[in-house]
Amino acid sequence: MSSFIRKSITRRTALKGFGAAAGLVAGPGFVRYSQAQSSEPIRIGFQAHRTGIGASYGRWYERTTNAAVKAINAAGGINGRQVEIIVEDDGTDPGRGAEVVGKFANQHKVDVAFGTLFSHVVIGSAPAAGENKLPYYVVSEGHHVASTKLNRYVFQPGITDVKSQIQAMAPWIASNAGKKVTQIFPDFAFGYDHRDYLPPALKAQGADVIAQIAIPPTESSFTKYFPQIPADTDVIYHVMVGPAVLTFVKELGEFYGSNRPQLFGFIDSLEAVDVNSPGLEFLEGSHFWEGSPRYAQPDDSDAQKAYRAAVGIDDNGASVDDPKDISTAAHMFGCWETLYVIKKAMEDSGYQGRDDAAKLVEATEALTEFAEGPEHPQGPKIFNGKIHQCFGIQNISKLEGGRLNVVHKTSIEDGMYEPEGDYTTQPL
Amino acid sequence: MRHDGFKPAALHVAVIALLFALNFMLPDYHHGLLARIMVLAVFAMGYNLLFGYVGLLSLGHAMFFSAGLYGSGLAIYHLGWSVPAAFGAGLVSGAALSLVIGLLALRTTGVAFMIVTMMFAQVFYLSILYFAQWTGGDQGLVLQQSQRLIEVGGVTLDLTEPVTRYMAALGLFSVVLVATLFIARSAFGRVLVAIRENEERTKMLGYDTFANKLAAVVASGVICAASGAAYALLFGYVGSTLASVQYSILPLLWVLLGGAATTLGPLVGTVFMYYVIDVTSGYTSAYMLVVGIALILLVLYFPKGVLGTIRDRWVRWLP
Repeated sequence: MSSFIRKSITRRTALKGFGAAAGLVAGPGFVRYSQAQSSEPIRIGFQAHRTGIGASYGRWYERTTNAAVKAINAAGGINGRQVEIIVEDDGTDPGRGAEVVGKFANQHKVDVAFGTLFSHVVIGSAPAAGENKLPYYVVSEGHHVASTKLNRYVFQPGITDVKSQIQAMAPWIASNAGKKVTQIFPDFAFGYDHRDYLPPALKAQGADVIAQIAIPPTESSFTKYFPQIPADTDVIYHVMVGPAVLTFVKELGEFYGSNRPQLFGFIDSLEAVDVNSPGLEFLEGSHFWEGSPRYAQPDDSDAQKAYRAAVGIDDNGASVDDPKDISTAAHMFGCWETLYVIKKAMEDSGYQGRDDAAKLVEATEALTEFAEGPEHPQGPKIFNGKIHQCFGIQNISKLEGGRLNVVHKTSIEDGMYEPEGDYTTQPL
Repeated sequence: MRHDGFKPAALHVAVIALLFALNFMLPDYHHGLLARIMVLAVFAMGYNLLFGYVGLLSLGHAMFFSAGLYGSGLAIYHLGWSVPAAFGAGLVSGAALSLVIGLLALRTTGVAFMIVTMMFAQVFYLSILYFAQWTGGDQGLVLQQSQRLIEVGGVTLDLTEPVTRYMAALGLFSVVLVATLFIARSAFGRVLVAIRENEERTKMLGYDTFANKLAAVVASGVICAASGAAYALLFGYVGSTLASVQYSILPLLWVLLGGAATTLGPLVGTVFMYYVIDVTSGYTSAYMLVVGIALILLVLYFPKGVLGTIRDRWVRWLP
């Protein structure tokens, strides 16, 4: 069907012929952009969660992105060209996400798309990126990219994936918190990553998951689940997310009183939430995973200090403009680092415009490591071009005196695993 | 009524011809967006069949859409079926589900029907999350480009190629549009309208209203499943968001906007909603506020939807 149409009348020639008609319906959305010239800015489409469930993360992702672009432009841009960010809100919806990626590729004519956080939006948008051959750099921490179930145009070079994070926690938990672990997690994909990846990782360290308690996403009270926690539990490993987390912690506190097992959680539960909020007192003395520390640490590198100043967060990880506005510090550094990876890959490939998309993909795949420094303030990273995923250090922080202090940094190797596939065998 | 059959037929041919012509005229982004809109307009047409003609307000049609979505998507993802076979699997899933749901839900009417359909849809949605091992749960699954090719006599149609995708969407849309026009003007369609207007009287005239309503639920379910199956095959994503309550409300809004019990209303409503969101989201993050205001204005000034009001006031022959 398509070949017949293409032979008789191509879309391009018809487009010219119908130019006048198209002019009649020209609104702001119908503006056609000319091909980027070498003097024009590099255009990066930022797929933002401005509305929907991801909005609190999205706001800080946007703030970090703007700070990074400002820094990149002040230092001369990419290949001598300034960087311009074009923001589109995807409403944290996978259907709209795919449309937004299509809009980036075909209307805004951006060079790359970037910045998506929520996993279902990444997965929903990935086909549109592949079909439009638009390099798509996500900052999601999902295992989706590394699973090699997406496509060759999707990368996650600025933040580690959840499988790697979980695996890296196991040695510390086994040797410091306890050998018998009970997991409490939300009964959907985010929880399943923890359900599936923690037990084998702990096993390898001589510890065991003795119970797994999945809590339905619609639940608003948790007391009835707590009797399922075995009495000989050393550590409760919790990853509840969303507004219910405050109730969860409060009820757990009422259940145990002062005599509780060790608690270990992922800060995802409390991103953008003040750890000193009423009801969270029970978490005092417990430990958390953090991608990048929320609170300024005594041994922060100059790069980390410069990054925090550029983004505008104070020593407590809150906005310098509003101490109540807590950042999503554990994740948002990924936007900063990803933009510098895009810069590096564009420079390596001598990127000029969309026609060089394939070269840009290959140049990104050819990257192997990122040194700690102003471009990678969270720490050094190893990049695996076959699975399009980076690996890095993780932080374990203790909540004491109302702040999170880093007590352990993992090695990069703690989070490494065998590749599950190879994107580079797919056609470009 | 037979003498005025020409105008509606000509109008529908003209709409299909216009959509065909737009394939050559639209800029790339709007070309892709319209393909998506046509697929979702099919969803709205399926909804309209039950809501507009029978007067049954369902709040659970996302389950029929996602029966098609998962029926075809999982057949490809896990079983490696071909695209036509997977599309068939989507239709069969929709038919089977709508038959069962129809048998149970039609025991109720009015508000109870809304609640029962909504609850069934919620069960369906939570089942998708529960069986995440196969469905991908809330994250969903991606169908690779290589899995979305159709081999027809040595020719390969690539559903990820924009023109092929547009034409596939237009083909489905046209078939369903003609089918709904045919149903609306058939004896069956007139019985459905009679049930909407006065079920007791229709019963007294000797019609089996339960059987007719059940047939309407199944026809509606199959059309919505066709839309869902096409969504999976053309856009390559299968995810639980598309089974959530939001996707049960959307077809209702599209139909209300465009005009319930009009054959072209679902298309008009879907296009309108899509473009209001697309244009306003470029200016403000409060675009849903604009959508809400637009809806209020429409209800005030076009109480029967755009085409329904036009039919009432000016164009009596509009089907």
